[in-house]
Amino acid sequence: MFELPDIFNFLKPKNELENQGEFAQNHPYIPEELWNKCPVCKTAILSSDLMENHKVCPKCGYHFRINARQRIEMTLDEGSFVEMDADMTSTNKIGFPDYEKKLRNAKISSGENESVLTGTGTINGEPTVMAVMNSQFMMGSMGTVTGEKITRAFEYATEHRLPVVIFTVSGGARMQEGILSLMQMAKTSGAAKRHSDAGLLYITVLTDPTTGGVTASFAMEGDIILSEPKALIGFAGPRVIEQTIRQKLPKDFQSAEFLLEKGFIDAVVQRKDMKEFLAKLIRLHPDTATMEVRT
Amino acid sequence: MSAYDHVTAARANDRPTSVDYINRIFGDSFIELHGDRRFADDKAVIGGIAELNGKPVTVIGLEKGRNLKERMSRNFGSAHPEGYRKALRLMKQAEKFHRPVICFVDTSGAYCGIGAEERGQGQAIAENLMEMMTLKTPILSIFIGEGGSGGALALAVADEVWMLENAIYSVISPEGCASILWKDPSKTAEASECLKLTAQDLFKLGVIERIIREPKDIESKLFDSLKNLIADTFAKKAALPPEKLVELRYRRFRKY
Repeated sequence: MFELPDIFNFLKPKNELENQGEFAQNHPYIPEELWNKCPVCKTAILSSDLMENHKVCPKCGYHFRINARQRIEMTLDEGSFVEMDADMTSTNKIGFPDYEKKLRNAKISSGENESVLTGTGTINGEPTVMAVMNSQFMMGSMGTVTGEKITRAFEYATEHRLPVVIFTVSGGARMQEGILSLMQMAKTSGAAKRHSDAGLLYITVLTDPTTGGVTASFAMEGDIILSEPKALIGFAGPRVIEQTIRQKLPKDFQSAEFLLEKGFIDAVVQRKDMKEFLAKLIRLHPDTATMEVRT
Repeated sequence: MSAYDHVTAARANDRPTSVDYINRIFGDSFIELHGDRRFADDKAVIGGIAELNGKPVTVIGLEKGRNLKERMSRNFGSAHPEGYRKALRLMKQAEKFHRPVICFVDTSGAYCGIGAEERGQGQAIAENLMEMMTLKTPILSIFIGEGGSGGALALAVADEVWMLENAIYSVISPEGCASILWKDPSKTAEASECLKLTAQDLFKLGVIERIIREPKDIESKLFDSLKNLIADTFAKKAALPPEKLVELRYRRFRKY
């Protein structure tokens, strides 16, 4: 295998991104239909091969970041996903500079309205409520709509006695919404607690990267906490820690494997095995409350 | 006063810390209790039991320290996971013995370091948020200085949140915000405005219930009036059935 030079740098966006100025300059357009370069081992991989391998590098096992729709496609049974609150969008509640522009760019680059998709579906036939965060939307940051959609997902699951599965990926709370984004940590935790108190199952799957306010709220509140291999998981980001303690962090610090060793996650699961793993876990948690009603 | 003036005032070295509030409001009745029963005793969190007008209360405070030596030993008020776990242990104890909880918040944020990450800083905060939401006893949080993000929220999932006139409460430090936004940490004043972190702004946003005026002579007048205010509030909350209290707390945070 060879080192792939950055030959796509000269390519400029051909779509509506062209007029986004600063945004387009910072985001060189790479035609995903051709090649992907593994950011870890630098291997060039044909995109079709990569897709077949669940977007996992066939050489080093690096799990490429995937968007929320791809995740849903990989996890839920075909055609079973029914999206909730798809049209909810954020507004600039505290008048933060340039937030509208950031939101607009995020919508264009992700093709989504917010940093999380929520809905219902089945995993190998097991009904569940699912929420999937999207790193392409402002690095999965948690704004009021993110928190609201997750809270509604929990409330729906509590009402209909369903398990909840959340795939997290997030840089943390969304600075542009100030204190209101912090409040989402409390709000989502409250909804998760009610779901838990109702005796229902909540599984979180931490994916790369999960940090900040999401780690310090619903990501760490699952009955069972899973992670993809090598995902970065932490409260503070590595750069913030290095600035605080003024020293380099050890290699693999805050990796999924590190958290597994420290006792903060239940299992590291390969992407190709995730669907069956989740289905098994859900099957092992029949709703005892409704069973009692039936008998 | 600009937002940045409030930031400076909130961080001032001569500002009363949690220990001052505890001494002046609860006097000799305060009995300090130590440790999280899991790893260590975090000195950034001070907690215990005290009497308020003859009734028992649980008191928890984030403590920055009042001089350099104290500040070092208290890690400048930045708690490790064991600090949040100690706080939760004391809150659960308060629930068991049916006494209300008062939290004094003063921290630039939860500590960002190797040990804090290894012992699950995120998990510790998350657990507090979840457990405080259904704690069946009244919780009151008073921001007396800095309220730095998740590290402050972990003691502020309360029935009411009050702020001293010059206290601040923010999702990110103004320095952090400025360096992300403008790649320039010196633009702290502008960032302070943008974040809406003053007591006035947060009252308008409906995030806090009350602003405590700071008299010029903060030492003499503040503590007596605060003491009565806390006692009255707890008396009102104690009259509610626990289920109702918890329901109202859920709705308080559900609205954001």
